[in-house]
Amino acid sequence: MSPRFEPSFEPILGRYLHLDLLGKPHRLYVEEAGQGIPLLCLHTAGADTRQYRGLMNDERVTANYRVIAFDLPWHGKSSPPAGWQDREYQLTAPDYVQVILDVVGALKLDKPVVMGCSIGGRIVLHLACQHPARFRALIGLESAPYAEAYYDLSWLNRPDVHGGMVCAGVVSGLVAPTAPTHERWETLWHYMQSGPGVFKGDLHFYTTADGDIRDKLGQIDIKRCPLFLLTGEYDYSCTVEAMLGIAERTGAPATVMQGLGHFPMSEDPEKFIGYLLPVLEKIKGL
Amino acid sequence: MIDKIAGLVNADARLVHRGRFVDTTFMIAVDDDCTLLRVQEGKVTKVTQGPFITPDYSFCLRASRNVWEKFWQPLPPRGFTDIFALVKQKLMQVEGDLHPFMANLLYFKDLLAVPRKTVTRQAAR
Repeated sequence: MSPRFEPSFEPILGRYLHLDLLGKPHRLYVEEAGQGIPLLCLHTAGADTRQYRGLMNDERVTANYRVIAFDLPWHGKSSPPAGWQDREYQLTAPDYVQVILDVVGALKLDKPVVMGCSIGGRIVLHLACQHPARFRALIGLESAPYAEAYYDLSWLNRPDVHGGMVCAGVVSGLVAPTAPTHERWETLWHYMQSGPGVFKGDLHFYTTADGDIRDKLGQIDIKRCPLFLLTGEYDYSCTVEAMLGIAERTGAPATVMQGLGHFPMSEDPEKFIGYLLPVLEKIKGL
Repeated sequence: MIDKIAGLVNADARLVHRGRFVDTTFMIAVDDDCTLLRVQEGKVTKVTQGPFITPDYSFCLRASRNVWEKFWQPLPPRGFTDIFALVKQKLMQVEGDLHPFMANLLYFKDLLAVPRKTVTRQAAR
């Protein structure tokens, strides 16, 4: 017989925030846990806030940090804007930056730490360039200044292929082979649930000149806003080499996370938090 | 390794179920050694070793023997854990009609990786 557990609630609380984004009214899902320094977490392309479930449930993190995550418009439990049925979703760097600034403003966060993974790991580099004074520190997980598409992205959104299954299939190999089975499949489930074309729309930012920040890395001043980089050894999309390249250009401290892949906070939260805690400790002392 | 694929796939009920709508013949090319695998309702029903004069297949995965051997290790080195990792590094080509492959990507990724189990068993002996 399997062991029985008493029913219990997690400390995570979720609510819907109404605000104008990019000139249109939006209904945005936001969740948080903990108290202290605001730590705003950005999910990967085609995914949602559930990737940070481990972080929000870990008292070692939430004792000193107010961990907040929101689903980008079109993602997770956030609605797409009215009229979405008549357009194709496409994320751009200026829009992504603006959404983050507007959410920070709406939540009245004073100099939060922003931590993003993959597309989130890219956008924190844009934030470091453009708005260093707005943030206490930035954490880039699986950050790469640029990524080239290595397969035909149109496979991700066409009626004769199941969108959720192909998105999960594409990213499945980015999870470390050593990740716990249930966390691997939880991570893939999020991809299976993504709306049609959302992952593909995020990759516009990720794989085109729009999000390419190679030429601007020299503008990042880690004295104005400290930047920390962490990348999983098995990530072949945002590679260890790409992270070390950013570190070399900016002077940001970089950590290679052994036994982790492209979704560290979701594929193996326990292992990831072990790497994150020393970074959070340093930021606390800033 | 390729000769182990049919037995391992067909013995895995979960994998067969995942590929229950697959009906195609595809090719694995290891250097110039080509093998055709017929898949029906998730089972590998026929394996034919080349060389071929006019092979008829939907798609082909082509890589060097060295690359396939690393990919089939029980715990492959970083960069060799996944078909797409190989494609990104231009160590593998996936060519032809990719529809059956992409529409059943999780199935084909697991099918192609099953020889890893053989190595594990051999190593355990």
